[in-house]
Amino acid sequence: MNDTGIGASVRRKEDFRFLTGQGTYTDDINRPGQTYGYILRSPVAHAKINGIDLAEAKAAPGVVAIFTGDDMQVGSIPCGWGVNNKDGSPMNEPPHPALAQGKVRHVGDQVAIVIAESYAEARAAAELIDVDYEELPAVADLATALDQSTLVHDEAPGNLCYDWEIGEEAQVNAIFESAHHVTSMDIVNNRLVPNAMEPRAAIGEYDSATGEYTLYTTSQNPHVIRLLMGAFVLQIPEHKLRVVAPDVGGGFGSKIFHYAEEAIVTWAAQKVRRPIKWRAERSESFLSDAHGRDHVTKAELALDQDGKFIGLRCYTKANMGAYLSTFSTCVPTYLHATLLAGVYTTPAIYCNVKAVFTNTVPVDAYRGAGRPEATYLLERLVDRAARETGMSQSEIRRKNFIPEDAFPYQTPVALQYDSGNYTATLDRAEELADVAGFQARRSEAASRGKLRGLGYSTYVEACGIAPSAVVGSLGARAGLFESANIRVHPTGSVTVYTGSHSHGQGHETTFAQLVSDSLGIPIENVDISHGDTNKVAFGMGTYGSRSLAVGGEAIMKALDKVITKSKKIAAHVLEADSADIEFKDGKFTVAGTDREMAFGDVALTAYVPHNFPHDELEPGLEEQAFYDPMNFTYPAGCHICEVEIDPDTGVVEVVAMTAMDDVGRVINPMIVEGQIHGGLAQGIGQALMEGARYDDDGQLLTGSYMDYCMPRADDLPDFKVGTTTTLCTHNSLGVKGCGEVGAIGSPPAVINAVVDALWDQGVRDIAMPATPNAVWNALNGAKTAMAAE
Amino acid sequence: MTNVSMTVNGRPVSADVEPRTLLVEYLRENIGLTGTHVGCDTSQCGACVIHVDGKSVKSCTMLAVQAAGCEVTTIEGLANGDDLHPMQAAFRENHGLQCGFCTPGMVMSAVDLVTKNPDLTDTEIRDGLEGNICRCTGYHNIVKSVRAGSNAMKAAE
Ligand code: FES
Ligand code: FES
Repeated sequence: MNDTGIGASVRRKEDFRFLTGQGTYTDDINRPGQTYGYILRSPVAHAKINGIDLAEAKAAPGVVAIFTGDDMQVGSIPCGWGVNNKDGSPMNEPPHPALAQGKVRHVGDQVAIVIAESYAEARAAAELIDVDYEELPAVADLATALDQSTLVHDEAPGNLCYDWEIGEEAQVNAIFESAHHVTSMDIVNNRLVPNAMEPRAAIGEYDSATGEYTLYTTSQNPHVIRLLMGAFVLQIPEHKLRVVAPDVGGGFGSKIFHYAEEAIVTWAAQKVRRPIKWRAERSESFLSDAHGRDHVTKAELALDQDGKFIGLRCYTKANMGAYLSTFSTCVPTYLHATLLAGVYTTPAIYCNVKAVFTNTVPVDAYRGAGRPEATYLLERLVDRAARETGMSQSEIRRKNFIPEDAFPYQTPVALQYDSGNYTATLDRAEELADVAGFQARRSEAASRGKLRGLGYSTYVEACGIAPSAVVGSLGARAGLFESANIRVHPTGSVTVYTGSHSHGQGHETTFAQLVSDSLGIPIENVDISHGDTNKVAFGMGTYGSRSLAVGGEAIMKALDKVITKSKKIAAHVLEADSADIEFKDGKFTVAGTDREMAFGDVALTAYVPHNFPHDELEPGLEEQAFYDPMNFTYPAGCHICEVEIDPDTGVVEVVAMTAMDDVGRVINPMIVEGQIHGGLAQGIGQALMEGARYDDDGQLLTGSYMDYCMPRADDLPDFKVGTTTTLCTHNSLGVKGCGEVGAIGSPPAVINAVVDALWDQGVRDIAMPATPNAVWNALNGAKTAMAAE
Repeated sequence: MTNVSMTVNGRPVSADVEPRTLLVEYLRENIGLTGTHVGCDTSQCGACVIHVDGKSVKSCTMLAVQAAGCEVTTIEGLANGDDLHPMQAAFRENHGLQCGFCTPGMVMSAVDLVTKNPDLTDTEIRDGLEGNICRCTGYHNIVKSVRAGSNAMKAAE
């Protein structure tokens, strides 16, 4: 192994600029002549707009222009994935205007943009706008939204977006009828606010000399924004629209989607002929960044007399919020229901998903997207089934795992897992978590009056999104390949242009390691360029743990092409046949001889082609590749959580969190561990602290860091993480993806641990987030119930 | 408009601002130092932490006029040219940052924390960073970084 190659914990190339305050985030950019935009948002969840009086605001100091929905007559913000109903008919897809057209549908809905010389002036002027709202009843509750007479959209009767299913319901019902044991649970997956630390921001700019638009935006996928906004909303052709996503301060899914503000500032910049900067205040982020999760499910698991799973059925309601955000529709279906086999051999599965409109902020992908919801309901069911049938948590899982020799394994819910070894991962996790010593720790805790619990979760996820043919057949309106361009400069240094986007993942290092390893050149000689549609040919961006498995593979393909061409150049110079040229450690050698040429000399020769046979060999050394994967990748793992609960206060302390994950080949172990740590923190946050709450009027009750509980350093333990490895069989690197595993595997492990701690006190279930209040109530409710028996 | 002057990273600076201007706005917009970030509007996240007269301060919670005449250090003033401050170096070495957005505030808080008490336990480090939110790292590597940075600062004395 080269010390900056594959497998090395190379320190990150990007860190110097971030550590010295020299990162360039969107809000750090200022354009000449820039104005500031403030978005006036709806203060009510559902209302008709009977009129908007702008007179006073327009006269306020510094105001340049104000636009409302009447001015901005453009295309609807598109949804990227069409899902069909059970009967084959298409989903209800109501319009999604950038600025409200006669109605507002959630608190935070965009009503107007005020553009002024300073942000303070824009904000002050917005307060002078008089909007005549005729308030309508709000549909705020997911569980009852389908039964309400109030409609979020007239186009969507019953507030239904779609009623979708996978599997044969009748066949699965028959299995349940003859089952030895059935475990049933009502499961809520709590609504979360992603809360990347950098609030969203956007700068729109128009150059009247060239007719070109530029949008700087906090995005995980600038090309996707260019496509959605350019082609659908504003009708600007690609060659006249540049989208730049510079340094981005975290995404976690929330910066995938095309947001209204991007279209508004781009469109308005052409009207006022000056750049417009908009940036969200944190309270606006709460009201306008797509939220995550928010499912309610009735789930049942059927077992035979040997404790084998024989059937699973789930009925899920998934909140879409007020409008269909970019990936919203595929999250509860193709990223959720298709994962319900989990790591188990369950032969028959049925899942019905009803997607529901409510007067709340749109809901879309958040770290894990669909897979945490699937894992949570499955692992809660398995935990409960073990308790009901008298098996240990380890035993029930081992008995039902897909065996190591069964890969490739076709699940009953469409996916084919390529590789995995779930028993090995569980073994290692149990070792690292010292499960054997748990009873002693529990007794010791009891002697201090504390309740100690241990919880398991074994999961698989599908990532590396995704084979275009597969997702296309399932309703995706885009292909999900990735591109890479390798430019070898005359003196042998390299710039890689990737369609992946880094917003914390460390691509500038990991991708450079691939190049250093493959070409045998120092990592300092490699730069990774991303995030600008004028530099990178095309890209689908970063989400679904796809950067390495798809974007990295595209780089490998382009590197192969560079090496092939380099061999031709070396063969020409060394007067040999290119088939006889071997490439190793940065040197091209004629096989069996000592004639060799260094990579740097090949690069120089490529640009100084004094005697190239031009009909056979073109000058230059630059190659492009697009990679479309054959299958998803399937990281899997086992998370084990140990908690200690103070019965007097209900406070849950996570005393140990162990994660053993199989993410395929690891390129940079330090970065992989960091990704897993971050996912674990978000998973523990979901399980114990975080929850977005609306009141009956559709007001967000948790709209700031004062009321939405973000995990802080003193809420979390040190993590114990490790990896096991089975290689992905369909990409050259053998990589699977690590960005989401922490957030997918951990929430059920935490809740299972809480339930384990409370089980003997009579508590059978607890909803996320298991706050001190919820735990105390559960304990005391259970005590009262037990006393009454 | 009020004229506000102070010393930022050893350099005298001055700008005419509205009295309501926050110190973080002054630094970012008037002085052009964009390393100090704004992550919230309720003084919770700590992305904006800087040092004013040697003490860590949330610069979104102080008016520029309140810092008039003070010695201010921001993240841009911590390194010595290309030589990172030991705390910055420790964050790099221990992968204490991912997206980098919380990082300036986190590093400035950490420097103040360990300057006040060079012998912190891990629990005390976690408690001491309670006012800084990081969404990326899960804090594990931040705690490791602060411990390493603290040791390096002691060794450098
Ligand atoms: S910006 Fe969040 S505390 Fe200052
Ligand atoms: S590194 Fe991204 S918020 Fe801390």
